[in-house]
Amino acid sequence: MIAAFRIPGAGRLKQAETTRFSFDGRSYAGVEGDTLASALLANGVHLVGRSFKYHRPRGFLSAGAEEPNALVEIKRDAARKTPNVRATVQELYDGLTAQSQNRWPSLAFDVSAVGDIASPLLSAGFYYKTFMWPKSAWKNLYEPKIRAAAGLGVAPDQPDPDHYAARFAHCDVLVLGGGAAGIAAALAAAETGVRVILADEQADFGGSLHFESGAKVDGQDGFAWAQGAVATLKAMDNVRVLSRTTAFGYYAQNFVGLVERVSDHLPNPDRELPRERLWQVRARRVVLATGAIERHMVFADNDRPGIMLASAARTYLNHYGVAVGRNVGVYTANDSAYAAAIDLKKAGVGVAAIVDLRDNPTGPVIDEARALGIEVNFGRAVIRAGGKLRVSSMTVQPKNGGGERTIPVDAILMSAGWTPSVHLFSQSRGKVVFNDETKRFVPGIYAQDCVSVGACNGTDGLSATIDEAYAAGAKAAKDAGANTVKGTKPKVDASESWSRGMLGAAPGAGPDTTVKAFVDFQNDVTAKDIRQAVHEGMRSIEHVKRFTTNGMATDQGKTSNMHGLAIAAETLGKPIPQVGLTTFRAPYTPVTFGSIVGHARGKLFDPTRKTAIHPWAEAQGAVFEDVGQWKRAWYFPKPGEDMHAAVDRECVTVRKTAGLFDASTLGKIEVVGPDAAKFMELLYTNPWEKLEPGRCRYGIMLREDGFIYDDGVVGRLAPDRFHVTTTTGGAPRVMNHMEDYLQTEFPHLNVWLTSITEQWAVIAVQGPKSREIIAPLVEGIDMSDEALPHMSVREGRICGVPARLFRMSFTGERGFEVNVPADYGEAVWEALWAEGQKHGACAYGTEAMHVLRAEKGYIIVGQDTDGTVTPGDAGLDWAVGKKKTDFVGIRGMARPDLVAKGRKQLVGLKTKDPKVVLEEGAQIVGDPKQAIPMTMIGHVTSSYWSENCGRSIALALVAGGRDRMGETLYVPMPNGTIEVEVTGMVFFDEKGERLNG
Amino acid sequence: MKKYSVFAIAREAMRGHKGWEEQWSSPEPKKEYDVIIVGAGGHGLATAYYLATVHGITNVAVLEKGWLGGGNTGRNTTIIRSNYLYDESAGIYDHALKLWDGLSQELNYNVMYSPRGVMMLAHNVHDIQVLKRHVHANRLNGIDNEWLTPEAAKEFCPPLNISRDARYPVMGATLQRRGGTARHDAVAWGYARGASARGVHIIQNCEVTGVKRAPNGAVTGVETTRGFIGARKVGVVAAGHSSVIMNMAGVRMPLESYPLQALVSEPVKPVFPCVVMSNTVHAYISQSDKGELVIGAGTDQYVSYSQTGGLHILQHTLDAICEMFPMFTRMKMLRSWGGIVDVTPDRSPILAKTPVPGLYVNCGWGTGGFKATPGSGHVFAHTIARDDPHPINAPFTIERFRTGRLIDEAAAAAVAH
Amino acid sequence: MLLIRCPYCEEERPELEFRNAGEAHIARSPNIAGESDDDFEKFFFIRSNPKGIIYERWRHMHGCARFFNAVRDTVSDRFLMTYKAGEPKPTKLPGAAK
Repeated sequence: MIAAFRIPGAGRLKQAETTRFSFDGRSYAGVEGDTLASALLANGVHLVGRSFKYHRPRGFLSAGAEEPNALVEIKRDAARKTPNVRATVQELYDGLTAQSQNRWPSLAFDVSAVGDIASPLLSAGFYYKTFMWPKSAWKNLYEPKIRAAAGLGVAPDQPDPDHYAARFAHCDVLVLGGGAAGIAAALAAAETGVRVILADEQADFGGSLHFESGAKVDGQDGFAWAQGAVATLKAMDNVRVLSRTTAFGYYAQNFVGLVERVSDHLPNPDRELPRERLWQVRARRVVLATGAIERHMVFADNDRPGIMLASAARTYLNHYGVAVGRNVGVYTANDSAYAAAIDLKKAGVGVAAIVDLRDNPTGPVIDEARALGIEVNFGRAVIRAGGKLRVSSMTVQPKNGGGERTIPVDAILMSAGWTPSVHLFSQSRGKVVFNDETKRFVPGIYAQDCVSVGACNGTDGLSATIDEAYAAGAKAAKDAGANTVKGTKPKVDASESWSRGMLGAAPGAGPDTTVKAFVDFQNDVTAKDIRQAVHEGMRSIEHVKRFTTNGMATDQGKTSNMHGLAIAAETLGKPIPQVGLTTFRAPYTPVTFGSIVGHARGKLFDPTRKTAIHPWAEAQGAVFEDVGQWKRAWYFPKPGEDMHAAVDRECVTVRKTAGLFDASTLGKIEVVGPDAAKFMELLYTNPWEKLEPGRCRYGIMLREDGFIYDDGVVGRLAPDRFHVTTTTGGAPRVMNHMEDYLQTEFPHLNVWLTSITEQWAVIAVQGPKSREIIAPLVEGIDMSDEALPHMSVREGRICGVPARLFRMSFTGERGFEVNVPADYGEAVWEALWAEGQKHGACAYGTEAMHVLRAEKGYIIVGQDTDGTVTPGDAGLDWAVGKKKTDFVGIRGMARPDLVAKGRKQLVGLKTKDPKVVLEEGAQIVGDPKQAIPMTMIGHVTSSYWSENCGRSIALALVAGGRDRMGETLYVPMPNGTIEVEVTGMVFFDEKGERLNG
Repeated sequence: MKKYSVFAIAREAMRGHKGWEEQWSSPEPKKEYDVIIVGAGGHGLATAYYLATVHGITNVAVLEKGWLGGGNTGRNTTIIRSNYLYDESAGIYDHALKLWDGLSQELNYNVMYSPRGVMMLAHNVHDIQVLKRHVHANRLNGIDNEWLTPEAAKEFCPPLNISRDARYPVMGATLQRRGGTARHDAVAWGYARGASARGVHIIQNCEVTGVKRAPNGAVTGVETTRGFIGARKVGVVAAGHSSVIMNMAGVRMPLESYPLQALVSEPVKPVFPCVVMSNTVHAYISQSDKGELVIGAGTDQYVSYSQTGGLHILQHTLDAICEMFPMFTRMKMLRSWGGIVDVTPDRSPILAKTPVPGLYVNCGWGTGGFKATPGSGHVFAHTIARDDPHPINAPFTIERFRTGRLIDEAAAAAVAH
Repeated sequence: MLLIRCPYCEEERPELEFRNAGEAHIARSPNIAGESDDDFEKFFFIRSNPKGIIYERWRHMHGCARFFNAVRDTVSDRFLMTYKAGEPKPTKLPGAAK
């Protein structure tokens, strides 16, 4: 059955192909190709929403992306709910479920609509002037109430099951907007053979040809021509055509962000399809063909459902075959609304009257309207609309005052003129200029390689538009490198043309009135709100905007900004250009977070780095921790063990027999070349020239400001070759730091730097039995203490695999670090593990590693130091080459405050009660009895239970710490103060005998 | 100044809101003032307000090249907190926080300070160490800040994803309950109204083009697009443009200006009760009274005065937001924008006298200046009025970069190991 | 996202491949250890931060990995030119900003 307001034979949809949908629980029939808006209108439904502040009933203002009123929730299932969807843009699919928003208990009866009655109290900015007493009431009473009343739809409450795709693209000519102008420009550019992308936000190309029944191009109806031209473009190899694709942001250097809506219009989207796709396009030239948007008339109660833009009514009729009423009124200040009246009249819809604010306009459309028998009134204004849930009448008065006449209507079509869509142009940082004659801002000074054509450029009429666009498309192609133009320009046979119109409030809504004449529908901003803002001293249009919220709703002022500006200018008594435009900000229309995020969700949020030995650790049930992007084995719990039990066992086992530790994440850089030692001298505080090949040294790297940047053991493999290790998190920045100095400050040095972090798997074998575990697998290296003393390195083979074997220790035990090519890492680990098992060795994780090194007072850069600690502070003066005249940081560390007395120094702390483990980050004071705020003299940097020591141990940065040995200090905690004694940093094997034990 | 109240609104409602007076006047500049403040953002206007109310200095002009509150004041994500690590930072931010509490009443302008709590997330062991260090230091400084388990964090902020399977799972959080948000425009307007009522001239569309100095070096006034305006003292509070103005006076600054972007979603019903920040995944989010999710991004990597940044920066931010709050992928970005933030080498502000007699500077707030607005204005007014810093801003000198006495909150937190 | 011409690779690549490395032409003194506190402050902390033409360093991090210099307008973010590290600061700049 055909819906009540669908006109048989009208429009372009196949009316036989029906589809079911529901709105607010009621089921309706639509037609394939409908939008939700056209389908509801076909069923006579105008009331679809409530406004933001006053909760006034609202219908459809538009038939497009500029819609401020008709926002609904679309729900596919519990997890696929989308709030604030414009019904004028949402394509209908079979089974679509929509719901109105921001009303309770129902759309027709919304209790919050009392706000409308109380509206004199809710004037612009009222909330800045009240809700201040009592003080606590803002947070506890007023704000919660205001927040509950505000907001529109309801946010989804479940993770989104849909996925989003992303593409990067390059092209020579990017054409934004697929109306007549965009198509003509794309044709001209495409015919030269350059790479062209043409994008349009709608499902079908054609733009205003959707409704312009009077347009004829190349002998066809304008819309049909557009479809044919787009088909031609689609068939060309050098052209990509994107429909349902909105260019939302124009960034520096012709970089444009677009979102393609891939599956929101489909009844049962294939799960493989993304919901939306982000296109990031870099174009040599951009053609802006973004059209113009019709403005409404600003008069009392102009927001009643049934009152809409004339072009919208025309679109619903000419494209969707839907009449927006049975007896419509027209209120206009320019010619274009006449065309709507004419089309409706011809389709059999009653047109009660055209009310034209102009005094004596002339032209063919006016003659035609009259010829069709439509009543035309000049010099008159609609001063008020009647009705509440639906417009029921319009009250007309001569614009300079006089007798009123009320005309019953069920819809009002209005047009105050057209606003060029300069959003993207402005985002490109172009400057608009105001044309006083046509009352519009048009592109003036360009900042990027782009050109505006057609309505967005202030060009009127199809013929002029196609001339301009075709020439611009050809020029863009030429500028992008094309040689030849070989196409033919489309020929315009018939065209509609209009311009002019009015800005600001219409008569009846002038300065001396108190009526509600809406400028911004969604945010309930009226003409008088704007005047009030000006009266209150808001002279900048930006202040007016922020004070009234005009143009800040989800439509971002597409229909309201120019009216608001004109009213403000009038009130200020200044010309419009002097008051200025507010900034156009991306996005052009709201963009789904998901489409910006794309694939970067869950596991793909950030890369995960795993070592070669990771699978083994995983199989052993290791618990992992995140360190930068790395997953590191934290501890290896046995059945029944908690973290502490596991760590205690691991720590004891390492010192009793041995332990295996995956140290592969440590950064590794190979410094190679004749000047390698000179380079090392400059980048590290230590001396390197005299380090013998085969020996290692602990190195400290500073930033130029003298603070510790990184540390690590460095092995000299050969006179011209160093194997440098860095902290896990520091590897990339250390590499960058080294490259920076090598390339820019010390380019005379003949050195190459290679990151080898991922090339070598590193297995630390530590403990008294470590040599016994490794030795059976090693070939070509003498492992005796004489041949391979502590802090030395040899190259050889292990398990038949090339290896760099370091004799070094981060535990204080006899220790080795086995470097093998990463591909063999797991196999070598398994072999070492098998040997280790014979001796009762364990695998240990990062936590045990931390405890073991703390027992020996070895620091961890980034934990025991932060970016404010010098080598002196950390007790590492011994590692600074005293005779050196230059290294990075040598000057910074000599600054007055860095050598002053009383700096925080790294020390050990022992709690008086050995069972008490301090909390890392806890603050230290000298006098526990002082009042808050207390003077803090330091903080705990590392703190553990040491099973090996049988007590807790801690490291801390304490002001003048090394002069406080033996002193009692205090750590005030919420549940009591802990007494601590300042000690040296070595808690275990102070003499260091176990290195060779 | 006519008092704002619900009664005033009712009275005005009766006569169509035509009796409201201008919130601030727009006078022509005089030839000379006792003090000129360059920059009518929140900090500059607050400085003028406190010069008038605390120090009785009302012969003051605030010069603004655009519209008041149009810089970072009107572009930030309005987060207020004071749980800083170092005594110096904690001192100035908590001074501000105490002034926030009661500012609406002080100004008779509802700035909507909403202490709904600021949560900072820990995603790894290092974060826990750093954030707990803050909690302990804050406690001994008398600043509220508490540690929450992941479960407690979720209870406080239900949309938070605390799944152990997240790429960077939440391992805990700090919560400063007095932290929250305020209405940024209202802060600028409230101070402007209060200052204007006390005789301060707020002169918009007046760009400073030069700083004049006497032969002895002292400041004598500023050249502007509206002519020369004399002054004995000039306070530069120009945010991203501070180094530009200071250069006019011959003072080179340790500052770099970067684009900082933010965005809001479409408005929705209340869904997000507090402020959540994560340094590790780089995201900041709250919900405005209007219902928009307000989301802050990081800075772009290069110096720029363009007030725009790259899409990839927003992308990274939204990645992080949707990772922490996976139900938000279907939300829509309504508006994005950029500001220019001036950053010092230690990311702490400079609020100080300068080598030029009569010239004072308040800059370098980086990405976090809004929260300090009342405190910053209060102590900067003191510094100008007395030609001597207030004890609270005494550490925030320019000279600290020469001596090395930095106040480096980020260095204390950001070094990974 | 900026589009940056790497003077070594001789092509324009997206900003994601590059890392900004701060102001250019601030040379580290060969006798840095002997510098005054003031000079060190100038070298390490003071920046020109111009509103307009900036000389800055970039690294083609995910490309050739070379550091190079660029001249850019900080108001429009438009690049005027890029050149190799070690080349002198250009005295003549191609075409003023549009």
